[in-house]
Amino acid sequence: MTRNSRYGFETLSIHAGAGPDPATGARSTPIYQTTAFVFDDADHAASLFNLQTFGYIYGRLTNPTTAVLEERIASLEGGRGATCTASGHSAQMLAFFPLLQPGDEFISSRRLYGGSITQFTRTFKKFGWSGVLVDTDEPENVRRAITPKTKAIFCESLANPGGVISDIEVLAKIAHENGLPLIVDNTMATPYLCRPIEWGADLVVHSTTKFLSGHGNAMGGAVVDSGTFDWGQGDKFPSLSKPEPAYHGLTFTETFGDLAYTIYGHAVGLRDLGPTMAPMNAYLTIMGCETLALRMQRHIENAQAVAEYLSRHPQVAWVSYAGLKGNPYHALAKKYLPKGAGSVFTIGIKGGYDAGVKVVESVDLFSHLANIGDTRSLIIHPASTTHRQLSVEQATAAGAGPDVLRLSIGLESIDDILRDLDQALGQAARLAA
Amino acid sequence: MTAAPALAVDRHASYPDAQIKSILRGVKTIAMVGASTNWNRPSYFAMKYLQDKGYRVIPVNPGPAGQTVLGEKIYASLRDIPDKVDMVDVFRAAEHVPPIAADAIAIGAKILWMQLGVRNDAAAETAESAGLTVIMNRCPKIEYGRLSGELGWHGFNSGVITSKRRKI
Repeated sequence: MTRNSRYGFETLSIHAGAGPDPATGARSTPIYQTTAFVFDDADHAASLFNLQTFGYIYGRLTNPTTAVLEERIASLEGGRGATCTASGHSAQMLAFFPLLQPGDEFISSRRLYGGSITQFTRTFKKFGWSGVLVDTDEPENVRRAITPKTKAIFCESLANPGGVISDIEVLAKIAHENGLPLIVDNTMATPYLCRPIEWGADLVVHSTTKFLSGHGNAMGGAVVDSGTFDWGQGDKFPSLSKPEPAYHGLTFTETFGDLAYTIYGHAVGLRDLGPTMAPMNAYLTIMGCETLALRMQRHIENAQAVAEYLSRHPQVAWVSYAGLKGNPYHALAKKYLPKGAGSVFTIGIKGGYDAGVKVVESVDLFSHLANIGDTRSLIIHPASTTHRQLSVEQATAAGAGPDVLRLSIGLESIDDILRDLDQALGQAARLAA
Repeated sequence: MTAAPALAVDRHASYPDAQIKSILRGVKTIAMVGASTNWNRPSYFAMKYLQDKGYRVIPVNPGPAGQTVLGEKIYASLRDIPDKVDMVDVFRAAEHVPPIAADAIAIGAKILWMQLGVRNDAAAETAESAGLTVIMNRCPKIEYGRLSGELGWHGFNSGVITSKRRKI
């Protein structure tokens, strides 16, 4: 299958999916700010509703601006297709939706973004889906947790917030030996640093809100299908391999081959669950993708410098950044993230919970907020914010104990970043003294 | 370090975009073997789509032979078609392809195209030695959509990068 192999990453970041607008020749992708699209005639409408022809019907399912972003992300990840969604959380819901029936299970790394742990173990229960959390640092734990109800395995390539790196190749092997797809959240690494499909992942999910859009101004998510997983095996995935009553008994795998998963994502997932990405947000994210390589280079350069500085700082007990020698994930970082270990990581502050709160209240350049992957440097104290829904044990297992601060290093001048951290850490030290 | 083992080159693992484009630009009449009268079968989808793009599609299926689908009479076999056929598109399982390939050669078709999921290397070789071009495990509808940009409307990776307005 053609996968743009003759073009470099930077070229794909700018061009994939975005030829000149066919109607006007506009070179930048237009924002198609419309809810619906006219039909040529009743027969054309019928063909579209029956999925017999390609085309636009209604903005909940597809939109030309969003489609450009979908092709862009699919191309950067080396996938067959992508479905964009309103947020990273809805991308996760849409990723599992074709795979799980009520009563089904999936196995997930327990080191995840705290919001994902809550979604997987609490909210998904209302659909009858069970997320089983295991310590994937010992991949055999995954094999032991597999039951006849297991339908997928999930991990983050570079986990938020702990700087944990998943052994994607090993997890993919275990998944495939058991006829299961491996889903990898690649939000923190981005396809510039790591392309999970090349290591065996079958599906990749993103919160595009983070580095792909990159400027802290557009919510979004994406589900990328590699196009290589056999959904027809063993009747394990009836949504894709059995006749779909909502489309007059059409069978997605038979009719659409390796397009089946992504067409299901739009034609059933977005149609019936409705978490559609706004065209304006798709446009902003397309703009972000165009500079992804340049931004990521500076993000990792600044992050490495900050991590090295803080690892020598008297107020800092530890730095969990896989780009540092001696970090337990350093070897995996060299394998999966050779360009750099991302720009989000955690530190342990001396003085515990109170010192952590003091630092986030004392910064002047860093912004105290619940996001990552912005041009601006960001800071948060997970125990008092993003991870406060979790028990202390769950939060600590996820790398978000009481002394932990999460940093997302931005693109400002490195001296200014270091000076701001130093003065805030100094204020926390004076509090403890 | 030992030398890498010599790998047999699989000519049918992938096809250059230029080859697919030239086929889709060149053919006018397509005989569709295994065409269905059921509007919700994949072959019906493909026939309707290809008709919309300006191709004449002649359905072949011994079961409903003599009936009409999408305005075209259904023939029992390729050899019964009175008109010239440029391409034979096969919507049948791989084991049924060899006699279809023989018929495609007999009626002078230039292209033997096997649908997504259909691959028969022996039949392909027979057809190629008779001078036909063979495409396997692809759908002409999907390939047309991919190369024209329509597939991108649904979020698929077309593999096409261009600074020109697209046309097939």
